[in-house]
Amino acid sequence: MNFDFSDDQKFLQQTARDYLAEHSPLSVCREVLETDKPYADDLWKGAAEMGWQGAVIPEEYGGAGFGHLELAMIAEEIGRALAPIPFSSSVYFATEAILQAGSDAQKKSYLPALAEGTTIGTFALTEKTGQNDIENVQAKVSDGKLSGTKFPVADGDIANFAVVAAQGDGGLSLYLVDLEGEGVQRESVTSFDPSRSMARIEFDGAPAELLGEAGQGAALASHLLDRAASLMAFEQLGSAQACFDITKEFTTGRYAFGRPVASFQAIKHRLADMWCEIELARSNAYYGAWALSNEEDELNVAACIARIQASEALEQVSVEMVQMHGGVGYTWEYDCHLFYRRAKLLGAVLGSSAQWKNKLVDRIEAGEPS
Amino acid sequence: MDFNDTPEEAAFRAKARTWLDANAEVMKPGDFSAGPLDERDDPASIQSAKDWQKKKADGGWACLTWPTEYGGQGATSIQNVIWNQEEARYKTPPNIYGIGLGMCGPTIMTHGTDAQRERWLPEMRMGQKVWCQLFSEPSAGSDLAGLRSTAVVDGDDWVINGQKIWTTGAHFCDWGILVVRSDATVAKHSGLTYFVVDMHSPGIEVRPITQINGGQGFNEVFFTDVRIPDAQRLSEIGNGWAVAITTLMNERASIGGGGGSSVHELIELARGIEVDGQSALEQSSVREKIATFYTRTKGLKLTGYRTLSAISQGKTPGPESSLGKLIGGRLTQEMAAFAMDLQGSAGALNDPSQLPQAAEWQDRYLSIPGLRIAGGTDEILRNIISERVLGLPPEARADKGIAFKDIPTGPPSN
Repeated sequence: MNFDFSDDQKFLQQTARDYLAEHSPLSVCREVLETDKPYADDLWKGAAEMGWQGAVIPEEYGGAGFGHLELAMIAEEIGRALAPIPFSSSVYFATEAILQAGSDAQKKSYLPALAEGTTIGTFALTEKTGQNDIENVQAKVSDGKLSGTKFPVADGDIANFAVVAAQGDGGLSLYLVDLEGEGVQRESVTSFDPSRSMARIEFDGAPAELLGEAGQGAALASHLLDRAASLMAFEQLGSAQACFDITKEFTTGRYAFGRPVASFQAIKHRLADMWCEIELARSNAYYGAWALSNEEDELNVAACIARIQASEALEQVSVEMVQMHGGVGYTWEYDCHLFYRRAKLLGAVLGSSAQWKNKLVDRIEAGEPS
Repeated sequence: MDFNDTPEEAAFRAKARTWLDANAEVMKPGDFSAGPLDERDDPASIQSAKDWQKKKADGGWACLTWPTEYGGQGATSIQNVIWNQEEARYKTPPNIYGIGLGMCGPTIMTHGTDAQRERWLPEMRMGQKVWCQLFSEPSAGSDLAGLRSTAVVDGDDWVINGQKIWTTGAHFCDWGILVVRSDATVAKHSGLTYFVVDMHSPGIEVRPITQINGGQGFNEVFFTDVRIPDAQRLSEIGNGWAVAITTLMNERASIGGGGGSSVHELIELARGIEVDGQSALEQSSVREKIATFYTRTKGLKLTGYRTLSAISQGKTPGPESSLGKLIGGRLTQEMAAFAMDLQGSAGALNDPSQLPQAAEWQDRYLSIPGLRIAGGTDEILRNIISERVLGLPPEARADKGIAFKDIPTGPPSN
């Protein structure tokens, strides 16, 4: 039994933590949140120099050639720092899509720039109501031209290209679309967590290049969501742990009625509960990482339980963070709201817990894994 | 990262399996392991448990983690876990030795004299004598050090008076470990002394306690002028708390256990129940609950795997193991409540012949409150996690630095 990360992987994680502690304190997140800046471009460049965007891209395409366990470690640290960069869109979605379904020519054309961070990609699936409803995609491609609306698209206003799910000749398929080219109109939409940007994209005859086999879009999109959810669970885990650590420190240092606030069972028992939820999230996230890195069929269940527990743990911990800070937790000046916002944003972008729960029961019924 | 045995672990597992195949019968689907606290006290069950323990001792599979000098195998913790996993696959008698071999034995090894070790450990290992734990009292449960039973010295003996409670198996045990107050004029943790008591001594009266599920796993044990020779005192007078801590530290952490199966039972239950012309499993409210239960059950199992991984690397699991019982107890209770709700008005029944899955969820709903209290209540587990895992400041205490006799108590109960 060795259900843990290796010393080398933990060393990589520590390196990432040290780098972000220096280059992405919470003031960096706050600056993006408070200004028109869509993301921290210096940090994005620095991350690329660290090799993070290209972590799982093979060396022949300009990446570091690591596995997904290493990427998971980096994701946890990005979450811990609330790093305001389009890492999830570009790495967990766009890069994964091209690695999974791209032709050699597409890999050569996209992966080196993705690894360098000079190109940012995203994934455009949801429409209208914002549901990740693979079955009911309306966007269409005919004669290589894409028409339709995608909304909301995470980082859609800053990405250079998108992997778009649309109906084509053979049914639902995935397409590569240049967001800076003709037939694309996009606008930023106010984000619940303005340290991460969201957009509406209207396609009207935008050139679209098939990614993967025609008609395989539903299966690919579903698998892509599982892969991204497994990685995002580590980002959520990192954010939850940071949230918890800050709250623990605050309640230990603050005195009321002549005692540290954290000595009252009304507080310490809830901190114990929060710790349990984070530990469960960690265990489930490890399971997702194991399934992802070994290309196991169990990923379809592992991704669901990683996603559900990570989303719920982070939400609970961020809510408690504000509450346990008392009045100052409700001020703009304190950092609690950065976590409170990020928790909800990350819990929404890949679909809600309720959606993943429904999917989980479908998959348990189909496979009845033990 | 993998879920596999190391080559050494796999070899040990194969060796265990070979011996078990030759000496026991593999459980078939539908067989239930004789695990629960209840109904294991009939003489035939006790005898079969003793026979099984002797067989294991003769075969070199008893007391795996005990040092070889006390007749153990000097096995590693992970080997012990592997043995337990394998043994659980076979039909075996109820385990009546958890307290003796797991807690009393190691305490005697740590604090006993050579003569005491020689006297008790060999017969304990062979399973011929069964041990129980006499710690809790009616007024000292979570606050164990507040116990009030007394020990007064009289010649070469001590005279014990008072009452113990929640003593598992007291009615069939031969020996007990006992913590009592030998000095009420000093602070509460300083006035305790630890003994080994012969459960057949005159003046001991054992009365079974009937639980809310009808079972009788626990007892009250009354001591009236019970004499214990001083030779049966473990460690110094007044050092009982330190010895008791040794015992409690050896309380086996529940790790790597079960998980998963009962969620599938719940799915089966929901699938078979028709609501508004469709299976209850099609209802979104039902699916949401089942997914939550599955996510948390699997999370517990995987957390157990993380603990096992640490043990496999030679680390000793610490207070963080409290998570399993804290989360698992409440989760099982919520699942049982939900299963009964699923049964609609039939949830009001408790007749195995009239209910799906033989009223198993009703049984669980009645049993689970005990598990949330025994061996550390949910509230004590939260204290353990917050103070010993997270390092949060302790609760303020009203009894600190006060002689035991001066500690405030509530109004007398009748």
